[in-house]
Amino acid sequence: MKSATEMLAADGRQVRHRAFDVWNIREDFPILKRQVHGKPLVYLDNAATSQKPQMVIDTVYRYYAEENANIHRGAYYLSEKATQAYEDARVKVQHFLHAPSAREIIFTRSVTEAINLVVHCYGRKTLNAGDEVIISAMEHHSNIVPWQILCEEKGAILRVVPIDDAGEFLLDEYEKLLNSRTKLVAITHVSNALGTITPVRQIIDMAHHRHIPVLIDGAQAVPHFKVDVQELDCEFYGFSGHKLYGPTGIGILYGKAELLEGMPPYQGGGDMIRSVTFEKTIYAPIPSKFEAGTPHIEGGIGLGAAIDYLEGIGMEAINAYEQELLAYAMNAVGAIPGVRIFGTAREKAGVISFSLEGVHPHDIATILDQEGIAIRTGHHCAQPVMERFGVPAMARASLAFYNTKAEIDALVAGIHKVKEVFG
Amino acid sequence: MSDLRELYQELIIDHSKRPRNFKVLETADRKLEGYNPLCGDKVTVFLELEHDRVKNVSFQGSGCAISTASASVMTESVKGKTLAEVEALFEVFHQMVTGKPPAAGNAPELGKLAVFSGVSEFPARVKCATLAWHTLHAALQGTGETVSTE
Repeated sequence: MKSATEMLAADGRQVRHRAFDVWNIREDFPILKRQVHGKPLVYLDNAATSQKPQMVIDTVYRYYAEENANIHRGAYYLSEKATQAYEDARVKVQHFLHAPSAREIIFTRSVTEAINLVVHCYGRKTLNAGDEVIISAMEHHSNIVPWQILCEEKGAILRVVPIDDAGEFLLDEYEKLLNSRTKLVAITHVSNALGTITPVRQIIDMAHHRHIPVLIDGAQAVPHFKVDVQELDCEFYGFSGHKLYGPTGIGILYGKAELLEGMPPYQGGGDMIRSVTFEKTIYAPIPSKFEAGTPHIEGGIGLGAAIDYLEGIGMEAINAYEQELLAYAMNAVGAIPGVRIFGTAREKAGVISFSLEGVHPHDIATILDQEGIAIRTGHHCAQPVMERFGVPAMARASLAFYNTKAEIDALVAGIHKVKEVFG
Repeated sequence: MSDLRELYQELIIDHSKRPRNFKVLETADRKLEGYNPLCGDKVTVFLELEHDRVKNVSFQGSGCAISTASASVMTESVKGKTLAEVEALFEVFHQMVTGKPPAAGNAPELGKLAVFSGVSEFPARVKCATLAWHTLHAALQGTGETVSTE
């Protein structure tokens, strides 16, 4: 009998999903078998980075063991194999995002670099003194700081769409900020600190009504549900591979071809040129124009394997399971006396941020760690969100489809233990 | 749980819930802020010196149990000591929480500070235990900038 992964069609579109069974799925993730401090690992820091399925680990291993060569240059068998694998991964990303063309998929180091690329190659060319960029109050620092740097350089203004106490994006406030000086809107698809799924369709439509391009930070979205960039119609969409069960150090920027073609290169170097003389260099077409230097080849190929793996399960099945688990976790954690939950938006992805009365989040994390439970504490690279809710830090449990209700029960028992220690 | 009890000893829990010398010191002639960007902990140390002696010391801020208790016990431990004695105490304290063997010779007695010995088993928490100390150290050196653990 063929395995689920072997049943995948080569192009990743015609897929026969395996039945969703979390215990079966957990078998695919070797790290989930390990213990921490003598207890089974309960990994609930998936919004920071996700664990890797065997298929991704094997793919990266196989690349180095059997196919390693530099790409886009060697006229020999191995280089052709490596190039093919890397470019196949680009096509997998294209289909995963439902982008019109693989030319619109740029490999970067991370979503951070994807945003910086847009700042550098699009923002710098487009923004002038007095122009405005709109972000939201729940952006990750990676979608704040690059814009601040650009605005400072250009004398432009950064406008921030506020959120309400539930962590909802306020569309009417956003409407008020849009004006003739707005040159770009850059909004997260899912808040890493609050889990809020933002109304990206409306955000994009409202911007387009005024012919303003939109960048969506999809780092926390693509691991949880199907994203279709044509349906969204955004100009740019970025995400990181390592949060999508792929390797670290690889990210994606999708951009509409007509915009990418009009943008100057990102970095100069090898692989991004058509011809070089000391008088004039002619740049390569997109996406190569933005990919100077030898890239993170095994990262790209590993990301392709992660996408194959996810599509073997199906993003719909993943989302349905995670939503059920999130509802269970929100109820269970929220019911503990003294717990305050941050982020109660109507539409949420797998994030439960909380505080416990009288106990600092850092102490919560240390005590949970002794129980084998990994959660995040601190400001989650979203200090403005902490400020919005008037706390220096939060504790955050974030879910993946390999987490179980039993693990949520372990988290709840762990929080009770925290209360015990602090009497 | 034994490691946890080692870290969260009763004295630490007590000082974290009811920190001593937790106030603005009106008579302070030095004041310095410390910040741990990793967890957002902030501490402000107020220092009143008389010649080369700590006449009075207090702190304010927000932080985890370890950092609050460490600042609290620190203020109790350094009051009345000379600057050289405070520096020597910090060195021994630092060696203890980072798990380094104590230096030979006549090192100062840690007293209550010994309660933080469990921190050495929790490398992620060393910065919590030393934030107030680093801030005090910088205040004694007279550098007027915010101290960061990073």
